[in-house]
Amino acid sequence: MEGPNNPLESEAQVRDISRRTLLMKIGIGLNALVAAAIATPVIAYVLGPVLKRKEYLDWVDLGSLSNFPVGETTLVNYRNPFTNSWDGDTANVPAYVRRTSDTDFTVFAVNCAHLGCPVKWFKESQLFMCPCHGGAYYADGSRASGPPERGLFTYGLKLQKGKLLINAGQMPTLQNQAGLGKTPCSGGDASVKPQIVARIEPCPGTDKSTIG
Amino acid sequence: MPWYRQVYDWLEHRLQLEGPVMEAMVHPVPRKTASWWYVFGSASFVLLILQVVTGILLALVYAPSAAHAWDSLEVLNHQLPLGWFLRAMHGWGSNFMVAVVLIHMCQVFLFGGHKYPREFTWVLGVCMLLMTLGMAFTGQVLRFDQDAYWGLGIGASIAGRVPFVGGQLVHLMLGGPMINGATLTRFFALHVFVIPGALLAFTGLHLWMVVKLGINEWPMPGRIVRRETYMKEYHDLTHTDGLAFVPLAVWKDLFFSAAILLAVAACAAYFGPFGPKGAPDPTIINTVPKPDFFFLWLYTVLSYLPPNLETPFLLIVPPIAIAFLIAIPFVAGIGEKSWWRRPVAVFAVFFIAVCWGAFTQLGTYTPWSPQMHAWSGAPVPEKLLVNRTPLERQGAVVLQQKQCRNCHELGGMGGQRGPALDDVAGHMTEDQLYRQVLQGGGNMPAYGAALSPAETTALVKFLTTLKVNYAPAASDASRQVADADTGTAATGAR
Repeated sequence: MEGPNNPLESEAQVRDISRRTLLMKIGIGLNALVAAAIATPVIAYVLGPVLKRKEYLDWVDLGSLSNFPVGETTLVNYRNPFTNSWDGDTANVPAYVRRTSDTDFTVFAVNCAHLGCPVKWFKESQLFMCPCHGGAYYADGSRASGPPERGLFTYGLKLQKGKLLINAGQMPTLQNQAGLGKTPCSGGDASVKPQIVARIEPCPGTDKSTIG
Repeated sequence: MPWYRQVYDWLEHRLQLEGPVMEAMVHPVPRKTASWWYVFGSASFVLLILQVVTGILLALVYAPSAAHAWDSLEVLNHQLPLGWFLRAMHGWGSNFMVAVVLIHMCQVFLFGGHKYPREFTWVLGVCMLLMTLGMAFTGQVLRFDQDAYWGLGIGASIAGRVPFVGGQLVHLMLGGPMINGATLTRFFALHVFVIPGALLAFTGLHLWMVVKLGINEWPMPGRIVRRETYMKEYHDLTHTDGLAFVPLAVWKDLFFSAAILLAVAACAAYFGPFGPKGAPDPTIINTVPKPDFFFLWLYTVLSYLPPNLETPFLLIVPPIAIAFLIAIPFVAGIGEKSWWRRPVAVFAVFFIAVCWGAFTQLGTYTPWSPQMHAWSGAPVPEKLLVNRTPLERQGAVVLQQKQCRNCHELGGMGGQRGPALDDVAGHMTEDQLYRQVLQGGGNMPAYGAALSPAETTALVKFLTTLKVNYAPAASDASRQVADADTGTAATGAR
């Protein structure tokens, strides 16, 4: 603390002021302490829906397997397991179920892997197309063209007592892969390659150009 | 003494406001700043007040609940007297506010208003611009329709790209793992309390500094800003060649503000409110989400960035751009103010404006998006089917049925994601067409798995008929050489 500018101030006054300043500082410190003590728990309130509620990890029942014809990709809706009564229609979430054999299912999120817009399935051309920035995916979810850097997100799934269950409680983004992330995503994944050559690159296995 | 004078005196005796207010009002400003160029700041303020007033009126009715928000907007639009007009005023007011704030910023920058001693006024202004844009985005979310829902999805997808904490950020932003009621209440709190509160506080400080430091003088080439002498020079200028702000300069602000308010009201009355578009039901996936006008440029940029550049761009460029704006007065805080002596500054403003305009214009018609209904809605022009073989006509059917038209124009109809096909046979040979259709490439998916051999043949035969007038079809010159050499056509060349 700086000394007094006024030479007329007595020693006693200076001592008095510095003592009161000390009291003021303690007062400020007390307020900071009380505020911190009250506010810190409130962080839990702000983060509550993120930290506390784990319903989104629940399995969602999509109904009997017979709802999904072999060889087709079907649009389904399910109820978000993480929901409040005032959610209205926003708690209904769409997804695509692709069935390639009696036991082979893939469930795709409708959210484009680019920026989350809803992709639309075209069965004639066997493509998913995104209306926003023009991403396109093949029937198996792998990237066909456009700005996405990977294939469609897939949800974890299991077949139980003739029913299809999926793990689809969170919006898939590049870091929150849909579901628990236990099943590998088919799109862009090495284990599920599209059957066709997707880009103009040398013919598979040779150096020859494919053009011409 | 009349009664109102008595009331005034009674209040003034207790409030003691007359002195400081009068001082602020009649403070001298440089004569040349009483100009029509200096009206944009006050107009931004008037628009902010308009937004606060119309916002409060809308909040009387709006229900910030995911289940009811959309319905309450419909009630405002159709059932309450002038509800539509208030929504339109608020919507158009926001567009005007973003525009006027941007013009204000350009004017201040070109006039050197960010230089000493007004650096911090500029920094606060940058923060206020960001808040204004934040208000525009959160406001779009409160118009809880399909655009809002999927716009939130885009915001979440961007947040999800942040390394390490992206996943948690998405949950925090959405108030849960998915867009729902908790998301709307979060954005309601931001739009109605947090951002406007901060914006009003910042506006107060911004104005305080304008009054205390004085308005930036009209820049003259050769009048250099020096930290040592500027304050005295400015003081001299205002006292030798100055005017009292009220009433000699303020009348232009008042006239312009009235004109802006009238323009907002005219747009509101003529064009009506924005939306709401379709109900926020995510299971309706037949939707083409689009951002509001001031984010169209971003829509374009996100469509044209190469996939591997996207995450770095989204995460690195905005902080750099903001840091750059804030750094301007610290890097260039002294020296020339006149635009005649600051070519880089002038070029930068016009370059950004042209880029912004071009991106926005592209965003209005989104040539990169497939047109989802073109395959069933855009017919093949009749003249392309005259004098064609049955196989070629079958190819035209395949072209439609396989949704080629969603991305390819024919006769000016269809998507623009891929090239128009009207002259495709003029620059691609039959072999190249087969290859392109089956294997794709150059941003086109491969159709090998989706076409039978018969369909492929028909399609390519039709495509080979598509050329302009009597122009020759594309041909492979090497094929002719090979044919002349060997006499056998196809085998050698393959």
